[in-house]
Amino acid sequence: MHDELRTLESGLDALETKPSKARDPRTALFKAFSPLIAVAFIILIWQIVVTIFDIENYILPTPSEVGSALANQWELGNLQTALTTSTSRGIQGFIVAILLATPIGLLLGLNRTLRTIFGPILLGLQQLPSVAWVPAAIIWFGLSPATIYAVILLGAIPSIANGLIAGIDQINPIYRRVSRVLGASRWQNIRHFILPASWTGYLAGLEQGWAFAWRSLMAAELIAVSPALGLGVGQLLDVGRQLGDMSLVIASILMIMVIGILVEKIFFSPIRNRTLRKRGLMVN
Amino acid sequence: MSSFALETSSLFKSFDSATDYVLEDLNMQVREGEFVSIVGASGCGKSTLLNLISGLDQATSGNISTSSKPTLLFQESALLPWLNALANVELPMKLNGVEKEERRAKSLELLELVNLTSSAKKMPHELSGGMRQRVAIARALAQDSRILLMDEPFAALDAITRDLLHDELSRIWRARGLTILFVTHNVREAIRLGQRVLLMSSRPGRFIEEWKVAIKEPRRMDSPEIAKMASKVTDELRREIKRHAYA
Repeated sequence: MHDELRTLESGLDALETKPSKARDPRTALFKAFSPLIAVAFIILIWQIVVTIFDIENYILPTPSEVGSALANQWELGNLQTALTTSTSRGIQGFIVAILLATPIGLLLGLNRTLRTIFGPILLGLQQLPSVAWVPAAIIWFGLSPATIYAVILLGAIPSIANGLIAGIDQINPIYRRVSRVLGASRWQNIRHFILPASWTGYLAGLEQGWAFAWRSLMAAELIAVSPALGLGVGQLLDVGRQLGDMSLVIASILMIMVIGILVEKIFFSPIRNRTLRKRGLMVN
Repeated sequence: MSSFALETSSLFKSFDSATDYVLEDLNMQVREGEFVSIVGASGCGKSTLLNLISGLDQATSGNISTSSKPTLLFQESALLPWLNALANVELPMKLNGVEKEERRAKSLELLELVNLTSSAKKMPHELSGGMRQRVAIARALAQDSRILLMDEPFAALDAITRDLLHDELSRIWRARGLTILFVTHNVREAIRLGQRVLLMSSRPGRFIEEWKVAIKEPRRMDSPEIAKMASKVTDELRREIKRHAYA
């Protein structure tokens, strides 16, 4: 009788579950490199436009001139310095922003009163372009790294906190009930239910927070130029402007974009895809 | 202390006004190891009753006493989608501070009990509805609870799967000596599983009729005995629903 039941059950289980498909490595490879097609296309158009309209190189240099500007800065060692300085500032600032924004988001997400009081301010801060803080930060902290970090934090914290709050708002009420039925303590409820259940919203907030951190950093580096602040990509861009070196200006802009794309592709995108796949939220 | 696994006395529950009772003077006694089914129309307060017993909600007045902490199973399996089947079963023990080795071993044993050992590493979305409910049963048993409250747990399943889960639940109930309070709006299901069937009225919710199920095991949903008894219970249920027609 029991064996009969088990066999029946196993048969039904086998019929009702789909065999998991192995992902095709070629698709992954195509996904990783296909954006290069767009890049090649843009470079081609760019080259054609410059040639046909005979544009002066102080207005728009050719792709190859921008390429040699990059190579030149590399030989001088400036490019390496600028990239390391900016990315390490960006990452450090972002990590501190996460550490500050997460408790803020949790408090406001879980406590209605705190949300009513502080929520609007947090939303307001998110609306404010963080570059607006640069003059104030320079007055407060002078031309020091503190200015740059302050602007990064003010740019990233509201996005991360608001993302976490949105994630908490979207938790299916059934998980709160499960948490209570399983007897979770307050801290266990946060650790094992609230945080994982709000993870997709939190992750969206982290991605946006990084984008805001990075653009705030660039704005700060662009405005706060001083030997004391070293050489970041933003400062490199400003050097280009001062020298009237359009190739360097465009090269710097490209660097800023490329780093943004790389962080998204190498860091955030795999985490997001893995989460969605694990939870069955992704088609394919 | 009473000798009952579960006992409620003059239980009242209202949500908004103090007079509009969802549950009114509700009294019930469930013996240790008993399987009791509760049937009633939608909105009669069946789920409210389970919420009160499980401690998810507070009664307006009255007493509930249980011999051990009950656990509640929902209509949706409510597995956590970020944990695989095994981790879902392990979770209540993890929350209780059970050592890793021990909870791993016990979870595998429980998955074996519901015949899902081979799906231990699967994520909830990779499981069928019936498999998810079996994992949920294993998770409930992992709480070491002797009293299982089930809130229409099989309502969303197809007929074939539901039949199998009835057999499975009966078997686990017997093997583990559990006390089960099973809420459903499916009269045949109530009879198929229960030793006793209680009929609940709506607004206010209280028990208005009780049947002992004398049909011997193994029972089948489509057996003539169950059909015959079901028509009796259904008649009463309809009479109760009609009462609300012109009220």
